[in-house]
Amino acid sequence: MTRLRSRLRIGDAFGLAWLGLKARPGRSVLTALGIAIGIAAIVAVVGISASGRADLLDQLDRLGTNLIRVGPGQGILGGPAELPEDAPSMAARIGPVENVSAAGLVDVTIRRTDLIPELETGGLSLVAVDPNLIEVLGASMGMGRFVDSGLAEMPVVVLGEVAAERLGIRNLENERLIYADGWWLSVVGIASDLDLHPDLERSAMVGFPAAEAMFGEVHPTALYLRVIPEAVDDITEVLPSTVNPENPDRVEITRPADALAAREAADSALTQLLIALGSVALLVGGVAIANVMVMSVLERRMEIGVRRALGATRRHVRSQFLLESIMLAGSGGLVGAGLGAGITLGYATLRGLRLDVPVEALGGAVAAALGIGAIAGLYPASRASRIPPSEAVRGSR
Amino acid sequence: MPVLRLRQVHKTYPGPPPVEAIRGVDLDIDPGEMVAIVGPSGSGKTTLLHLMGGLDRPSSGLVEINGVDVSRVSDRELSGLRAAKLGFVFQEFFLLAGVTALDNVAQGLVYRAVPPRDRRKLAAVALEKVGLGDRMTHLSTRLSGGERQRVGIARAIVGDPAIVFADEPTGNLDSVTSEEIVRLLLDLNAGGSTIVVITHDLDLASRFPRRVSMRDGNLL
Repeated sequence: MTRLRSRLRIGDAFGLAWLGLKARPGRSVLTALGIAIGIAAIVAVVGISASGRADLLDQLDRLGTNLIRVGPGQGILGGPAELPEDAPSMAARIGPVENVSAAGLVDVTIRRTDLIPELETGGLSLVAVDPNLIEVLGASMGMGRFVDSGLAEMPVVVLGEVAAERLGIRNLENERLIYADGWWLSVVGIASDLDLHPDLERSAMVGFPAAEAMFGEVHPTALYLRVIPEAVDDITEVLPSTVNPENPDRVEITRPADALAAREAADSALTQLLIALGSVALLVGGVAIANVMVMSVLERRMEIGVRRALGATRRHVRSQFLLESIMLAGSGGLVGAGLGAGITLGYATLRGLRLDVPVEALGGAVAAALGIGAIAGLYPASRASRIPPSEAVRGSR
Repeated sequence: MPVLRLRQVHKTYPGPPPVEAIRGVDLDIDPGEMVAIVGPSGSGKTTLLHLMGGLDRPSSGLVEINGVDVSRVSDRELSGLRAAKLGFVFQEFFLLAGVTALDNVAQGLVYRAVPPRDRRKLAAVALEKVGLGDRMTHLSTRLSGGERQRVGIARAIVGDPAIVFADEPTGNLDSVTSEEIVRLLLDLNAGGSTIVVITHDLDLASRFPRRVSMRDGNLL
């Protein structure tokens, strides 16, 4: 009896499934599209989020996690307080502090010219800074030079990127001047990479000696400390009483890197939500495949009958419909993964991010599509295999 | 020894009310025979064909195909028997759309695990046999009705089966084309094939060497 066993080669099983899909190309493409959209959405979300995270990590690496900002807490009357004048030197005395730089808000308005009303400051301010600020922050100069020690006593300023934009200064080809309460200050540079210091981004920075010469005494309102990474927690603990022994509770310590970490956490929550939405799209795609396959079984009763007459066993019929479903979803998954990677590439290029599409996401997406195809095809395939051959060949007759 | 042996075969479809489609049929068909089973619509001839072709099992009685009692084998073995020993020709041809005549015929060997290249070689021989040597690469949808039925016949004979069953093979064809198909079946029989044709057409049946008439589930 073994002589009479029906046998289907593996290649032929795939070939039959392919024939089934090829016979109805329009329907196959539309059905696979549902899966493709779901997969593309998920891959794009994961890819874009990974690229964003890679960029964030790059930024963290550049900035380092050992930067500490010391600011004044609220004053007695609720207004911002100042730090004691000797706060920078006190902070510098703490052993593991490698570098300290101070900045002090100058109580004047800055404008493009003296013709602009005093109230229209554009949210910009003048800040007196130490020459080493740019180095301590790990920021860089977009153009020009910083108010280093050579320029600290001159009436010159460096603008943050936002300040430069608001003042309409895009280049330094001609001498650019801005107006600050009776003084004209020359712009010598524009600093960039200050994303984590919005107050500095929106300011014009001038050397401490120059600021005091023009506008009187300036107290530090912020200290930036570069410290030994392992000592960050210890230093954070002793800083308030060191920089302001009289009122340690009026000292506010922040770590800019924490802001990045918080941003990453928010991004990952959004990513998870978007992945959940993509999964719903995928589920709907799976239901569409199951639906089309059930319909296909009803329409193809005669084909099933002929295949049984040609010697197909129930298992052969079942595998044919199951493979069709898997191939349908799998092709949708492949197209979707490609599409998702393409969207990620486009987004990363547009936003200047580092492209990072995790290989696991691509593999996982295609595997998920295949799994959905298999699950969606189970019922139709089993239904097709249960049609008795004599009934199937009678078909609609 | 007969290639097909039926003894007191009954087939009843469960009701309500139960329908007894075949009522105690005895029939022997010897190798190389060509038999027409003729009867009006509803006489049970298609049910009989399904029983003889192993597409269905009798409610009682013996159906022995090529020495195999169909009541004693599993569904899988019965499929194997169909793949290896039986060929079917259908009234509506049932060819795969968008596939060439050659590949349609090769489908007749797909459940025997014949490698694709050999399948195509055998399919080409079968197409030559039915006079379609010049239509091998034509898509089935581009063929005339008569040509499609020839492809259907080639698919039935490609595996060199012990018996070929044809269910109203000329039912969808005009008289000229029907005549060509009848001649082809007679030629195949002359070449040694055992052929059983089911038809309601008495004129067609009269062309075959042996005729068996059916009425109300009985052979007359």
